Amino acid sequence: MLISLENIYKIYKRGDTAVHALDGVTLQIENREFVAIVGPSGSGKSTMMNILGCLDTPSDGTYIFEDKDISKLNDDQLAVIRNRHIGFVFQSFNLLPKLDAVENVELPLTYAGKKGSVRRERAVEMLNAVGLGNRIHHKPSELSGGQQQRVAIARALSTDPPIILADEPTGNLDTKSGREIMEILKELHLSGKTIILITHDISVANQAERNVHIQDGKIVNDVKVVG
Amino acid sequence: MDTLQTIKIALRGILDNKLRSFLTMLGIIIGVTSVIALVSIGQGATSQVTEQIQSLGSNLLTVNIMGRGANTTLSYKDAMEFAESPYISGVAPVVTGNATVKHANKNSSVQIQGTNADFLTVRNYKLSQGRFITPADVNMRQKVAILGSQIAEDLFGLVNPIGQEVKIGGQIFKVVGILESSSSMMGSNDEEIYIPITVAERLLQSRGVRVLYIQAASKDTVSQATEEISSKLSRMFKTSSDSDFQSYRILDQTEMLDTINQTTGTLTMMLGGIAAISLLVGGIGIMNIMLVSVTERTREIGIRKALGARKRDIMSQFLIESLVISGIGGIIGIIIGVLLSRGIAQLIGINAKTTYSVTAIAFGFSMLVGVFFGIYPANKASSLKPIEALRYE
Repeated sequence: MLISLENIYKIYKRGDTAVHALDGVTLQIENREFVAIVGPSGSGKSTMMNILGCLDTPSDGTYIFEDKDISKLNDDQLAVIRNRHIGFVFQSFNLLPKLDAVENVELPLTYAGKKGSVRRERAVEMLNAVGLGNRIHHKPSELSGGQQQRVAIARALSTDPPIILADEPTGNLDTKSGREIMEILKELHLSGKTIILITHDISVANQAERNVHIQDGKIVNDVKVVG
Repeated sequence: MDTLQTIKIALRGILDNKLRSFLTMLGIIIGVTSVIALVSIGQGATSQVTEQIQSLGSNLLTVNIMGRGANTTLSYKDAMEFAESPYISGVAPVVTGNATVKHANKNSSVQIQGTNADFLTVRNYKLSQGRFITPADVNMRQKVAILGSQIAEDLFGLVNPIGQEVKIGGQIFKVVGILESSSSMMGSNDEEIYIPITVAERLLQSRGVRVLYIQAASKDTVSQATEEISSKLSRMFKTSSDSDFQSYRILDQTEMLDTINQTTGTLTMMLGGIAAISLLVGGIGIMNIMLVSVTERTREIGIRKALGARKRDIMSQFLIESLVISGIGGIIGIIIGVLLSRGIAQLIGINAKTTYSVTAIAFGFSMLVGVFFGIYPANKASSLKPIEALRYE
């Protein structure tokens, strides 16, 4: 078992009312799965992604990640998990605008404590793998949306984490670029990565192996996609 | 993450905002510059005053005799008894008066100082030509004169005065030496003439000594020497040491030096302190900008944290940024401070004295300011929750 969510609650206080972004979610994800978490906006799927990605902590419930109880870890230990075990791909790319492509890809390696030469070699390798070998010194502003997202994927892969967590990775892209990104994710899945995809788009979700539908903070449906 | 990488990231942050970084640095630059300039000039002035006082003669005691009743002076013989003390290395009694000095058709009225051979070393005067009074001159009442440089020039012009004759108060004297020109804040000897004390007593018709210059054997014996002179004079004039009436006064040069040093030292410290306040203000400037920078870069911090930056990674990034700003500011400040103090010193005619300790203290203080005012913003940045920082637009 790679990931196990047990009765997870996430409650935000908004003035007097408490918003249950996650309302008792229980979910297991196995190694090498390709799971899409599907739901409309406000369903709680972003909260889900934040908790799965150790960016946020649940109000209640148990989150076991690779046999470790996440709620017992401190901030720095969570940072190490994010660094070594999870690769993030965001809807808005979240590249640092002042760094060029290869420097962006190097960032997680920097925080992993890798030496400069090792970082550079690995980052170039990753950019080559996503087909941007000829653009390693371009700033994000000099790249198209699809290319930026590919840099982000290269960055997510740099520390070779077992899990790729993609939050609406095609949300800001045109159809063609979106399709290319999905192809890359599928390839990564075939190469042995666990892919968790958060999306509101059924057609995107259907490219995964398993769809977890979420609504009002609850899992309403959990089905295998028949491809 | 290694320090070098953190420094690179910090330098990048500074270079991305060149103007802003420079303006922030300016506070530190001005602070360090003013600390260094003010303290350098202050110390320069202090050492100059000290030098001038020391140039009057080292370990010098000046004794003024006021006397008591009809007994207002010391005889030359009595005065020379002080020389027997082991704490005293030289005694130069002085008899002073005015007289007219003539040579050829030139004449002028000058101050005549009658003294002995010790005077030259006790007062730390130098000869430019010839010799000074010898003990034999005093014993034999030789009519020899040593001229101040100005007098020599006035009377003789370009002619070498050594061996020439001058008339002082109607009597003929032979010029045997010329003093080197010396002027300090304590006056000048350029317009004085020195003759043997025994001759001066007769010439000026003044018996007895009112002023004595005494040199203590060393710095450590100054107080013993003072005590000995004091007890002897008290016995002579039969005054008790606790009486208000003073028949003599002993002026200790080292005491004067200490007082002046203390005063100028206090002044220098005060100036440095005022300048240090501007350094503190510069530090507040750093904190202000760092706080703005943290807010501006909240999203960047969020991304870095999502990618695995730990608290201390973000902390050191911002702390090093603030240290680099204050450090570069400090170095620029030192350079400008040294140049400025040199310039001002030249302008007002003293020597600026920039010591390593002042430089080190000013630089250290600027770095300290960088750390102190950088910690709060850096801590604020590093404590941001990754999810909140990522959401920040």
